[in-house]
Amino acid sequence: MQIAVPAETRHGETRVAATPATVVQLAKLGYEVLVEAGAGGPSSFPDQAYIDAGAVIGSREQAWGAPIVLHVNAPDEAQVALLQPGSVLISMMAPAQSPDLLAALAARGVTALAMEAVPRISRAQSLDVLSSMANIAGYRAVIEAANAFGRFFTGQVTAAGKVPPAKVLVAGAGVAGLAAIGTAGSLGAIVRATDPRPEVADQVRSMGGEYLAIESPEAEVSATGYAKEMGDDYKAREAQLYAEQAKDVDIVITTALIPGRPAPRLLTAEMVASMKPGSVIVDLAAASGGNVEGSVADEVVITPNGVTIIGYTDLPGRLPAQASQLYSTNLVNLLKLLTPGKDGQLVLDWDDVVQRSVTVARDGEVTWPPPAVEVSAAPKAQPATAAAVVEKAPADPRRRYALVALAGAALLLLTAAAPAQLTSNITVFVLAIVIGFYVIGNVHHALHTPLMSITNAISGIIVVGALLQIGTGDSIVTAMAFVAVLVASINIFGGFAVTRRMLEMFRR
Amino acid sequence: MTIQSLATAAYLVAALLFILSLAGLSKHESGKRGIWFGIVGMAIALIATIALALDGGVHGAMTTIGIVLMVVALAVGAVIGVWRARVVEMTGMPELIALLHSFVGLAAVLVAWSGFVMVEAKGAAQTEIAPEMLGIHHAEVIIGLFIGAVTFTGSIVAYLKLAAKIDSKPMMLPGKNAINIGALVLFLVLTVWFVITPDLWILITATVLALLLGWHLVASIGGGDMPVVVSMLNSYSGWAAAAAGFLLNNNLLIITGALVGSSGAYLSYIMCVAMNRSFISVIAGGFGIEAPSSGSDAEQGEHQEVTAEEVADMLANASSVVITPGYGMAVAQAQYPVAEITRILRERGVNVRFGIHPVAGRLPGHMNVLLAEARVPYDIVLEMDEINDDLSDTDVVLVIGANDTVNPAAEDDPTSPIAGMPVLKVWEAGQVIVFKRSMAAGYAGVQNPLFFRSNSAMLFGDARERVEDILKAL
Repeated sequence: MQIAVPAETRHGETRVAATPATVVQLAKLGYEVLVEAGAGGPSSFPDQAYIDAGAVIGSREQAWGAPIVLHVNAPDEAQVALLQPGSVLISMMAPAQSPDLLAALAARGVTALAMEAVPRISRAQSLDVLSSMANIAGYRAVIEAANAFGRFFTGQVTAAGKVPPAKVLVAGAGVAGLAAIGTAGSLGAIVRATDPRPEVADQVRSMGGEYLAIESPEAEVSATGYAKEMGDDYKAREAQLYAEQAKDVDIVITTALIPGRPAPRLLTAEMVASMKPGSVIVDLAAASGGNVEGSVADEVVITPNGVTIIGYTDLPGRLPAQASQLYSTNLVNLLKLLTPGKDGQLVLDWDDVVQRSVTVARDGEVTWPPPAVEVSAAPKAQPATAAAVVEKAPADPRRRYALVALAGAALLLLTAAAPAQLTSNITVFVLAIVIGFYVIGNVHHALHTPLMSITNAISGIIVVGALLQIGTGDSIVTAMAFVAVLVASINIFGGFAVTRRMLEMFRR
Repeated sequence: MTIQSLATAAYLVAALLFILSLAGLSKHESGKRGIWFGIVGMAIALIATIALALDGGVHGAMTTIGIVLMVVALAVGAVIGVWRARVVEMTGMPELIALLHSFVGLAAVLVAWSGFVMVEAKGAAQTEIAPEMLGIHHAEVIIGLFIGAVTFTGSIVAYLKLAAKIDSKPMMLPGKNAINIGALVLFLVLTVWFVITPDLWILITATVLALLLGWHLVASIGGGDMPVVVSMLNSYSGWAAAAAGFLLNNNLLIITGALVGSSGAYLSYIMCVAMNRSFISVIAGGFGIEAPSSGSDAEQGEHQEVTAEEVADMLANASSVVITPGYGMAVAQAQYPVAEITRILRERGVNVRFGIHPVAGRLPGHMNVLLAEARVPYDIVLEMDEINDDLSDTDVVLVIGANDTVNPAAEDDPTSPIAGMPVLKVWEAGQVIVFKRSMAAGYAGVQNPLFFRSNSAMLFGDARERVEDILKAL
């Protein structure tokens, strides 16, 4: 089957749905690839590179008329009209917001796969274009901020004086937020991040940021049952936190987005006005209303007090080659899933949740929204370990008590029944066991081998027994005791010597 | 104040010094002090015992030949011991320690037999033991003998396996658990019988039984579990000494034996927890019986290869590197070039650290000793729990000769034989380089999905040669 990659026509779009590298991978799956002339130009992939990779260059009509069409943006009406009935279109199409487009595609008899509809399960991570685009957006947001910011990000002490590091606040620690935290941190800035989900605190720290918790006395409030009060209370605390931070930080990057809803307002005009002149705000949510009051989609606004608010909505497209590479690799991964035979035949498996979810139109019908996927949104692989842990959970405590009681009773009986001499021996024995247990309790893992070799040397103390037997006159006993003394003293001297040798080696 | 009472006091001091010695070995800073405590304690114990023997306080006056033999045995033993300790390679440490354990076992067997010859063999003519204590003495002889003999042959097998003189695969006799339990039951019967009628043949039977049991116990444990086995044998050797202490009514032996026994048992327990393995099943050789995961071979995928030059490039550009060594590094003697790479990278400001899995190698702490030998500073050698959270921030992880300890199947695949075993989460790092001879499975016989992850790459060949290639390229 033929796969075609038409050029993007949306204004300002720089990405392309296949790179020369992915053309090679598509060919390995058994497909022939046709690329519209000039499609890769804005991403710095000349036509010749596609030809070298094995693709054919064709016209716009040829591209849209192919049996499989890969695209970045949703098609417009003219492009839908060019699609052949029975063909497959794979692109982003914002299915929740564009029912008309889905209806048009269904009416045209096209099977449409929307890349945004990939379920967020671990198996489908390699197809997740939202993550890969958000990653780029987060990176680029920091670069844009650095570009507009009149100072270093990193702190320095120079002959010309001390430069404090820039302070960056990242609101929302999703994929974009984490990418922004990492990028800003690696430029040397002090990075703080907020997110309503406390569980991301570790992820923030892992990227080198400081997590600012919004302290909300949830437990108390929920006990009184005022759910709405709690929401207001939370928002008030959140606003207070942002107001404090706005006065302190130099850069704010907001990434708070709720799918299909207007973006939450995080920074008010007052807070923006309280920021230092020269500060920069990058609003990644500008397209859906903005997290910051005063941000304008696709524009840079400078407030009266000198704060720059960047509202670009095409941040991934500002790294065209990178964005194209990641997007087209996501597409290849989807096609790998759809081409089980690697024979260039696209097969849609309706029972596979991933394939079912991305398909938004098929056989003349709109198939959006898909049935709910059991997206146990829990992080991957947790269930397996959890199950194993549960299995290993301490057995019935009663059993343990019973065992302890049993051992105690046995010891009691044994000691009580034993003659006086044995009793004192047992006392010493039991106490020494306990001491041995506690003495070892905190041993450093690196010292296990020296510890073993010294305990080994010490257990050579059995030589004492043999020494006491050696001179008794009985020749058999003497012979046996001689051998015992010999081997035990090898043990003692060898054990201590080797332990010393090992410990000498450990150095800081 | 008699020699007898002086010796008893000296024994108490020696026992306290041993406790301090073990406590000192818990930290690097106090380690050397710990050894000296041990050596002084041992010297005090030996001097007191020799004085006691010369004085004839226990078994009557000592013969001249006895004195000569005693000195000869001690001197020869000292020479052999120090010589072996000097020449042993650090990679050969596990074998040496296993062999030394067998000596303690052998000594315990001989002491028990001597006890028999001195008391039971003389029948009613013996004068050593008060008549009412005889039954207890019988029991002490046979129990001490049993523990000593199990330690002896068990350690010998462990030595042979570690020295690769016999195959380290677990021996699979049909009904091995029944054999072990049967041997224990039989031993109990023999003990009771021996206490009633202390005949020579019963003691011989018990000796043979114990020797065979020790052999079978360790022979049926696979090579991968050797760290636990060695540490367990260490514990047994302590119990053997304690049993001899009961037999000779000697508190020093009891205290020291119990110290070693319980500390060794606890150490084995720590190791078992680290492998998520039941203590009992390792002791009974239970591991390795489980059928390998059915699906493990099915979904493999493709692995990527890299060259040493590319790895050197990655290392030079990384800001944080973690090296996770395993037994393969010990086999290839790669610790020296690894240490050299570490030094060069640290001079360039790269944060190089080592992540050590608790059961890496064939001895608890084996990797630490090897790295220390190659002069890697010990404060960059971290334990699994210390490093696991940092692996996601690490640019490059070098997996050198490790396999099962970095296997993601332990976390992801509940059907895997190593499921639930804590592992080093190297796959969370930016790039993983696996040094390996070939694509063969690890000790547990489990395929490792790590090799097929998109962020891992294989560097095939002898670990030492490959590491040296990287060193050249750096």
